[in-house]
Amino acid sequence: MSEALLASETPGAGATTAPVPASGARQFWRRLRTQRAALVAAAVVALLVLVALAAPLLTALEGQDPTSYHPGLVDSARGGVPVGPLGGMSAEHWLGVEPGTGRDLFARLVHGARVSLGVALAATLMQVVIGVAVGLASGLGGRRLDQTLSRATDVMVALPLMVLALALLAVVPSSFPRPVLVALVVGFVGWGGVAKVVRAGTISLKSLDHVAAARLSGWGAVRIARRELLPALAAPVITYAALLVPTNITVEAALSFLGVGVKPPTASWGQMLTSADVWYQAAPQYLLLPAAALFVTVLALTVLGDGVRTALDPRAASRLRIGTGRKREDGS
Amino acid sequence: MTATVSASVSASVLTKARGFGGLLGGGFTGFVVRRALGAVVTLFVLTVVIYAVFYVAPGDVAQITCGPRCSPAQVQQVSEQLKLDDPIYVRYLDFLRGIFVGHDYSTGTSVLHCDAPCLGLSYQTDQQVTELILNKVPVTGSLAIGAMVLWLILGVGTGVLSAWRRGRATERILTAVTLAGTATPVFVIGLLLMILICGQLQWLPFPQYVPFTEDPQQWAWNLLLPWVSLALIEAAKYARLTRSSMLETLAEDHVRTFRAYGVGERSIVGKHALRGALAPVIALSANDFGSMFGGALLTETLFGLPGLGRELVQAVRVVDLPVVVGMVLVTGFFVVLANAVADVLYAVADRRVVLS
Repeated sequence: MSEALLASETPGAGATTAPVPASGARQFWRRLRTQRAALVAAAVVALLVLVALAAPLLTALEGQDPTSYHPGLVDSARGGVPVGPLGGMSAEHWLGVEPGTGRDLFARLVHGARVSLGVALAATLMQVVIGVAVGLASGLGGRRLDQTLSRATDVMVALPLMVLALALLAVVPSSFPRPVLVALVVGFVGWGGVAKVVRAGTISLKSLDHVAAARLSGWGAVRIARRELLPALAAPVITYAALLVPTNITVEAALSFLGVGVKPPTASWGQMLTSADVWYQAAPQYLLLPAAALFVTVLALTVLGDGVRTALDPRAASRLRIGTGRKREDGS
Repeated sequence: MTATVSASVSASVLTKARGFGGLLGGGFTGFVVRRALGAVVTLFVLTVVIYAVFYVAPGDVAQITCGPRCSPAQVQQVSEQLKLDDPIYVRYLDFLRGIFVGHDYSTGTSVLHCDAPCLGLSYQTDQQVTELILNKVPVTGSLAIGAMVLWLILGVGTGVLSAWRRGRATERILTAVTLAGTATPVFVIGLLLMILICGQLQWLPFPQYVPFTEDPQQWAWNLLLPWVSLALIEAAKYARLTRSSMLETLAEDHVRTFRAYGVGERSIVGKHALRGALAPVIALSANDFGSMFGGALLTETLFGLPGLGRELVQAVRVVDLPVVVGMVLVTGFFVVLANAVADVLYAVADRRVVLS
């Protein structure tokens, strides 16, 4: 919270008051480039996005698809254990087949990337849009509107995201396509943090001279928000959003793991783990592959999110390095 | 519609609450009273929002409760029994009355009584939701308390260690480990630990809940793995927080003065920096109450512990709305309570909070 507030006062607000040598975006890239971990993470994320986008191509290359059953490849006498060594790995099925159904594991894994990243990004976008709208309205509106919206935000923040999303999934009609539904539900319940950051930023920006001047010259709330507030709020909002993405990935996986999120035949990493503990001896990769995929994705996104924060708020980062003997040029 | 009306009502209630606080003066008691009233208003808004969200547009509850092979007439009967045809505000007021004075439900032939904090009856079993929740509290409580003790020790310890050994190999290793910890979903680490320790190595039994009152040793032995799984993930978060707030404290002027006076590094880190770092840890613990419940939910489902989380998951699967709503409300109640208590504790530690 306080970090986000700081962020709203440092780079963004500075960019609107004083002329800066380089554009905000260019400065951002320059600072991001100096962080090796963030660069590696960005490369991993780019690769994952590529895999997700090219999932149909990759599976076509393998000659499989994520939903066809291959009953011949599982041993029904032994409860559906994949036939052959290493969980049925072969030239046709690169990573083996799913126990019980014989669906191709590679195809399910790469299609799972689509669901994971797609749901998380859509949910994040929705959280940001709702959060920014509520936060701006709260910060710019009258006292009564502010109090009402702040109470609502408090309630949304107070309730655990998992519990609320889980509960909501019980009452929405199940005829909806599941991934869209999960994205909507997670997006709908997770905007509280963004709203708080934006409200706090708006209130602190409101007292600055250039915003006060805009108000006195009769600008409407919408124009002030668009021209004066949003550019300055971009930094804290982007920082917050970057760290929301890995959280949303975990929430989607958890919901699907519990059997209420994305359901078969659609592939999702969390859903693949639901029954993995039964099969770990016969097909360890059925457990380890989705677990590793989740781990790598969330790790890469978290490191990238940290990097984005450091690049947008170099002061917060350099504060932490004082006394470590490895101070760093932060480019400002 | 109902939601907007009650929202504006609550706003005016809030202004009145502020007014009361003003009457009571700006002192510490006034602050506590204001905070308590604020919590009550939040709770009230919570009931309205939750009730509206869950009962305005439910799926076909009567059909689901009745089962897939019910005739339309039977479905209609169930719908009447559950009073699903009444207007939403009538049902909401009914629900509120149930919480304060209890409720009698007629099933046509007999009358089921539901005692004072009544959250309704389960659509599936006719059991009182309050009773159902209370029965599950010991399990989730056991899980949460054990895990919390573990993760506070682990998390704060790791954070202090890496702040103390800053710039050295120890810090870099600990930073990498905690980062990996924050990136691992609790159900993944729990799943791997369960397979490794209970399945392959057979060091621990597959967890089964044994009440503390029955056999404390078995209670702890069975809960050890769930505790560790939940604690490892949370500890990583606390380690990162402790480390960064300690480093921030270490960069402050008064610490430099201590150094100049020749105070030892161990004393600076262990006494002075740690004290400054603990406040955010306390704040996070209170705020974390909710996310911890999310973690408990996954841990319970994974290990088959019959707690609140698993009950909620099961209720969601069969669309047992009273249980779902009751569970969400009770969670919200505890979260609001925890935050209010944390605010008051914060004010005890730092009286400046009272003034703002």
